[in-house]
Amino acid sequence: MVIVPQLVGVVGLEIHAQIQSKSKLFSGSQVRFMSPPNSLVSHFDASLPGTLPVLNHRCVEAAVLTGLALNCTINKRSLFDRKHYFYADMPAGFQITQQRIPIAVNGTLVYNHFEGHKWNHGMTKSVKIKQIQLEQDSGKSLHDEERSQTLIDLNRAGVGLMELVMEPDMCGGEEAASAVRELQLILQTLGTCQANMSEGQLRVDANVSVHRPGDPLGVRTEVKNINSVRHLAKAIDYEIQRQMKVLRSGGTVINETRAFDSKSSTTIAMRDKEGLQDYRFMPEPNLPPLFVYETEDSVPAGVDSAQAVVVERLISCLPEMPAQKRMRLVETYDIQLEHSFTLVNEEGLVDYFESVVQKTKAKPRKVIGWVLDDLMRNLNLHNLNVSQSPLSPEALAQMIDLIESGRISSPVAKQVFQEMWKAPELPVEQIIEERDWWMISDVEQLRALCQRIVDGHPEAVQLIKGGNKRVMNKLIGEIHKVTKGRTDPVQVVAILEEMIF
Amino acid sequence: MMCNLGLWAMRPAHHRRCVLFLSALRAVLSANRTSWSRYRSKRELSSSAWTSKVPQVPSWEPIAEHQLPPATKISPELVDKLERLALVDFGSKEGVECLEKAITFANQLHAVNTDGVEPMDSVLEDRELYLRDDSVTEGECADKLLQLAKHSLEEYYLAPPGNIPLPKSEERSAVL
Repeated sequence: MVIVPQLVGVVGLEIHAQIQSKSKLFSGSQVRFMSPPNSLVSHFDASLPGTLPVLNHRCVEAAVLTGLALNCTINKRSLFDRKHYFYADMPAGFQITQQRIPIAVNGTLVYNHFEGHKWNHGMTKSVKIKQIQLEQDSGKSLHDEERSQTLIDLNRAGVGLMELVMEPDMCGGEEAASAVRELQLILQTLGTCQANMSEGQLRVDANVSVHRPGDPLGVRTEVKNINSVRHLAKAIDYEIQRQMKVLRSGGTVINETRAFDSKSSTTIAMRDKEGLQDYRFMPEPNLPPLFVYETEDSVPAGVDSAQAVVVERLISCLPEMPAQKRMRLVETYDIQLEHSFTLVNEEGLVDYFESVVQKTKAKPRKVIGWVLDDLMRNLNLHNLNVSQSPLSPEALAQMIDLIESGRISSPVAKQVFQEMWKAPELPVEQIIEERDWWMISDVEQLRALCQRIVDGHPEAVQLIKGGNKRVMNKLIGEIHKVTKGRTDPVQVVAILEEMIF
Repeated sequence: MMCNLGLWAMRPAHHRRCVLFLSALRAVLSANRTSWSRYRSKRELSSSAWTSKVPQVPSWEPIAEHQLPPATKISPELVDKLERLALVDFGSKEGVECLEKAITFANQLHAVNTDGVEPMDSVLEDRELYLRDDSVTEGECADKLLQLAKHSLEEYYLAPPGNIPLPKSEERSAVL
């Protein structure tokens, strides 16, 4: 009997990242989210005759920086082309893009994939990036079905985009989601894109197909309208299942564009686009080739050095990438890898953590719990980000120092944390003083307490004497209750043992 | 004497008419030798070795049929596709024939030997692409821009819903 290999999914992503710049790619109008309609539109953006594109220096830098961070080869010479199609939100009738020779090619995106939520089963994976190209964004159209019209806002028309085309190296929704999350972090670290999917700064389209390993790739469909990383995983997984069902029932997959419907978590076929589009690519005659120089020395004599884009200069500007940061955190502070992920994922958290570690005498491993559990839990509860935390790193460091020096116990510290959160203006000592939460360190007092408990629980004492060590916990618990947690369990155990044996 | 500038101002309805106008103009000019002949004699005086770079007789030769690639025939499906992609209306058989003749005319370029020559797609290829500083210098002219639109609503341009589908191919072939 021939064992037929299982059908597997094949996923390739096409990502459009909006470049974080003050002005647009080819004109001097402002780039801003949410503005009065058509207020950020220049004569060029409105495609008025006689206007010409002028390339934005910052956008070229952004594309090169992104290419460098993703291990791409930067093309010293790249060209611009026109991609023709008609749609009301693109008044020129064509989009200026880079189809023949884009600015960066052949890169890799390295990401960590965790199976479900099993943090200790993480694997490092990579996906090949075919190319990164600069292109224009189109305007926004608001469809008014009732009155059979479309309202066009060109504020977004002409904004610079980096299109990242990935090879179909992934096989499922979870992998794609992990890859996109890592890309978001990288872009945010570089400052080239804010990568917020819900605000449209990062748009991801998935090309999905299924096949049996070894066979040629199957017919693919393009899934659009994905507004978050979670939706991306759902959309891809649904589409893979749908295609498998189609094939298993003897049908064929049609090459089409499908939209993801978040309400039903399914993909729906979009209106038929009249077969394959022919974009009639043509070189952009108004833009000469774009040159990017390797080193300061390679900039030719006639070119203004300040004007030129020099790769060497940009390499020295590259900040620490998320992957490097994680490794450094693990090595420097001896924390777990999964902790480093949480630290790096939250903006400002690494700085907060490092600040506390610097100000306290405690080991970083002791600090990490407070930062990742208590701090994050409270921030999430009140929907605040790290910069808005009422508890400063100094205050937290002071509190941790008090635990380390044995002046308050850990359980009490949890309560102190909550009080500090509510009243950040009060010094730590004052909060503890007002509630009389200092650890009982007077040995006589402790002995007296223990004696009382031992006298009050003769049966328990008998059991302990008989060898049942676990009952000791009950006694410790009693003391804990009586003193409202202001005792050091280690000391208490020592005293109790001394008394009993 | 002033040339009758009215001749220049009139745009010929058909390109062949241009020739008639030009010859009329030549007649007008030759009638008035003053400025023209002064110019000519001046040149003759300044440099006797002056030869014009403009050939005195036409120097081009018609390209032989065999040098051209085979004539392209445009199928109705291609007409459909081109009409959809470029939003042009071929209108009639004559329109399609005109296009076929234009293709044949352009095919003369195939006779040029381009061995070892890199294709040029911009006459600016030896110029530095100027990179603009990233600063806001334009915008805030919504009212002016919207004045140009036939239909607008509040501050939005108005457009029909989606792309209007073109007539089906059956209707097409009826016209052709």
